[in-house]
Amino acid sequence: MRIDPSRCVACGNCVAVCPMGAIAVDQALGRAVVNEDECVECYACYRGMSQEHLPPALVRAVRRAARAFRFRFDPEPDVCPTAALTPVELAWPRLVRRAFSDPVVPHESTGVAGRGTEEVKTNDVTGRVGPGEAGFTVEFGRPGIGVRFRDIARVTRALARTGISFETMNPVTSLMSDPARGEIREDILDEKILSAIVELKTDLGRVPDVLRTLRAVAPEVDTVISVGVAARCDERGDTPLEDLLRAEGWEFWRGKTNLGLGRPLFREVA
Amino acid sequence: MTNTLHRAGSPASLRDDFIVFAMATRANAEGAVPKLQAFLRTAARHAPVNLGNAKVGGFFRPCERLTPLVHWRRQDGGLTPDEVVAGVDAPSVVCAVFDDRARMEAFLADVSRQALGISVNVSALTDEARQAAARAGIVRHSVEFSLGFCLGQTDRLPDRLTLELSTMCGHGMIAAGLAQKMVELVKEGRRAPGEAARCLARFCSCGVFNPARAERLLGEAAQGRAAPCSR
Repeated sequence: MRIDPSRCVACGNCVAVCPMGAIAVDQALGRAVVNEDECVECYACYRGMSQEHLPPALVRAVRRAARAFRFRFDPEPDVCPTAALTPVELAWPRLVRRAFSDPVVPHESTGVAGRGTEEVKTNDVTGRVGPGEAGFTVEFGRPGIGVRFRDIARVTRALARTGISFETMNPVTSLMSDPARGEIREDILDEKILSAIVELKTDLGRVPDVLRTLRAVAPEVDTVISVGVAARCDERGDTPLEDLLRAEGWEFWRGKTNLGLGRPLFREVA
Repeated sequence: MTNTLHRAGSPASLRDDFIVFAMATRANAEGAVPKLQAFLRTAARHAPVNLGNAKVGGFFRPCERLTPLVHWRRQDGGLTPDEVVAGVDAPSVVCAVFDDRARMEAFLADVSRQALGISVNVSALTDEARQAAARAGIVRHSVEFSLGFCLGQTDRLPDRLTLELSTMCGHGMIAAGLAQKMVELVKEGRRAPGEAARCLARFCSCGVFNPARAERLLGEAAQGRAAPCSR
């Protein structure tokens, strides 16, 4: 993302709306500027802010006059008065930033927008996580911190050593050069993205191992990791996963419940 | 797209937050559009606080061409329920957000009766979701538990209220800085909690933001009250 200096009036409204804190008003320039290395191309500023399309020279003059009298103008906080935010054409590898950060861009690998994953949201039809299995969603970078692929690779390498299998229909897996070892392709390791989800599957009995591995490797990464664990329920709606997690000392109260209304229903082999 | 799994807040803070969403997968994508539209039409009859389509957004969206009058009389660029329904032109994720459990339960019962054949999920407190499904005659098929923002450099996370507000857009489109700005504006009496909640909602591009919960949280902050501790 770029802020057109010929249109920017340094109102500062875009500063607060950047999820990465990558926008600041350069006081010497008198314009807002984007730190390109920190910008993840999420388009939150460009798509989230409303626009007024006012003439920049007029707005600057009014702002100068108001400032001279120390008037406190109280503008709408989510408006760019001069439509100064300007998307730039992205090339590889920077392109990967937008793919993982802008929720309206579908991932080519899965066809799903957002983080590009279906998890157990369609488990009634896909059978992705079956009886006796646990599906993990390990999310990096959210909320508001971001992550570089180098940090994700530290964790995927550690997970791969535990013998788990990464979900193939997942955008991060599609960028792995060696999924068996959890290696992510070299040319994107320094790219920063808003968030990414690594998905993996294991037997329910190995849930504690995976969680302990994540706990052990997490201090090595410069971001926050959020974890989701999913399971197939039995005919009464129960799952042993709850007791497993509590036994490991985890607290949880929120989640996603698949109601099993999708058709054709996946038929599990007994 | 884990866009609703990790919503920060204690059970008490999340008491008025229920997201019901529907999606098709590759195996049943063909013919899914009218089913997704039917899901949204049914939801609209149960007074959701937000209704959305991942591709076109929900009730609250920004405006591409505002007049300067906006600073005195704000216009929302959001969609009506009919526009959200009409915007579904390809298989997508569609959602309805409720701030009232009874309305959500009534919707579940309705949508279950219709047997649309697309996957339907409830993102909420898991015990409440399970009980609501049971009252609608549904046994849950699968469940995904959020263990929260639990590992790594958690000292980099913002304060509790900022997290509760900003994580209502699971895609991360609501910046911590904007949530903090809204809290300050409300506390200083420069914006009503509802105005600040709608401002935040406009950044959520798929319609899962809960403006009613945000308004409540901002109102509590304005009165110096805080919900019980949360992560």
